[in-house]
Amino acid sequence: MDRMDREERKKVIEIENLLVKLDGRTVLEEVNLSVYEKDFLGIIGPNGGGKTTLLKTILGLVTAEAGTIKIMGEKMKKNRGQVAYVPQYAAFDRSFPVNVWEVVLMGRLGSKRGRSYSELDQEIAREVLKRVEMYELRHRPIGELSGGEIQRVLVARALAGRPEILLLDEPTASIDSRFQAGFYELLEELNREMTLILVSHDISAISVYVKTLACLNCKLYYQHSKELSPEMIEKGYQCPVELIAHGVPHRVLAAHDGVVGS
Amino acid sequence: MELLQFDFLRHALAAGILASIACGVVGSYVVIKRIVFISGGISHTAYGGIGLGYFLGINPILGAVFFTVISALGMGVLAERTRQREDTLIGIIWAVGMALGVIFVKLSPGYTSDLMSYLFGNILAVPFQDLILISILDAIIVAVVWFYFEELKAVAFDEEFAQVAGISTRLFNLLLLLLIALTVVVMIRAVGIILVIALMSIPPAIAGQSSKSLKGMMVLAIILGIVFNSGGIFLSYFFDLPSGATIILLAAAGFIISTASRQRFG
Repeated sequence: MDRMDREERKKVIEIENLLVKLDGRTVLEEVNLSVYEKDFLGIIGPNGGGKTTLLKTILGLVTAEAGTIKIMGEKMKKNRGQVAYVPQYAAFDRSFPVNVWEVVLMGRLGSKRGRSYSELDQEIAREVLKRVEMYELRHRPIGELSGGEIQRVLVARALAGRPEILLLDEPTASIDSRFQAGFYELLEELNREMTLILVSHDISAISVYVKTLACLNCKLYYQHSKELSPEMIEKGYQCPVELIAHGVPHRVLAAHDGVVGS
Repeated sequence: MELLQFDFLRHALAAGILASIACGVVGSYVVIKRIVFISGGISHTAYGGIGLGYFLGINPILGAVFFTVISALGMGVLAERTRQREDTLIGIIWAVGMALGVIFVKLSPGYTSDLMSYLFGNILAVPFQDLILISILDAIIVAVVWFYFEELKAVAFDEEFAQVAGISTRLFNLLLLLLIALTVVVMIRAVGIILVIALMSIPPAIAGQSSKSLKGMMVLAIILGIVFNSGGIFLSYFFDLPSGATIILLAAAGFIISTASRQRFG
């Protein structure tokens, strides 16, 4: 995609000079980022580089020390349902007595009125479950699902809120590699309707599917393209050893450009 | 069933059923949310309220309501506002509540005869007046959970997501702490302050081993609670044993049997 094309599209997320501290420690600094409608941005970076914190700040779960975040052109105070979130699934207790259907309905919490979910809420839950191909398993307790199935349920739960932007945090970390390709295909399909931001430490897996890549290690290295220069990676990782094993980094990434590009 | 002609036994069974309802409903949230020790802290502060009741010459149970509610709110707000570790706060609030109780009891005029029954429970001697009070508390607990069932479930399951989805997790966490405070008071007459923590966690823990839904877990926990309470009442009556301890040991036996059988067959 070229620069002209991007300027015609709407900016859905605009981050300026973001500074985030956790317990007095600077986790994100001088982060500037513009995400456009229907972008598919992959953010890579070392563990502890602030990837999850960036997502949580966009979601309003973490308060920024300085800087601004605009969502859909409006300064963010509280998440109004435009942004949804797919966490690393290890984040919750698998022995919790709850089934697929109930988990997906939780995506409708924000619009629920009265004590139970409305007919519309249930209709939306049915629709998103079919979308991720989990409708048949809707009565299954969450503890009896495989990693890939749980991940699909969590995507459905996020979709149930009818978001315009979907944030995913290491979504394939606990999925069997056989199912990863299928999962990324689902994301590509969703990307036709919404903006996706995907965080991962696994550069080789995500670089095939995303449209643009950024590297985050406290500061964000980003040039609105799918190519990361060796300098960006060097700064981002400060330890390019892992990547050298794949060859020269920017060539590895550039090689995919024609395949997925625009 | 001639035994049921005795008022005290009928009161005891009623108190057992009321306690089981509160503990099945709220205890299920406590167990799945892993906040058993927060509940322990809140229940022990009730001793401060019991002491205050003696000191002021009012019903100690009313004092207990006051103290558990204050400590629940305090725990919720402190855990959020200060940077202290949560378990440290629980330990401090737990001990401060008991210490206040000890001082109040010492300062109270006259003879504090049934103090032990508040500590270890005496379900065979529940006054009718207290039965009315715990019925009201039970009704409040059930009504609140009936109305906010989905929100409380979502916050217990995945707090972060619930917040992203747009509900105030702070508010619902505080609401759950308040429900725990009321549940503690409902159970004091049956098993006493010190043993409350066991009755709040054992029936839901057993129920949770086989339940596939939170609603099912609550219903099963209530039934188990009624079985343990009623069984404990009759055992303690016939063998002249302390009722609170008998109920808890019966429940613990149930937990061991359930867990062991699941280990073997599950």
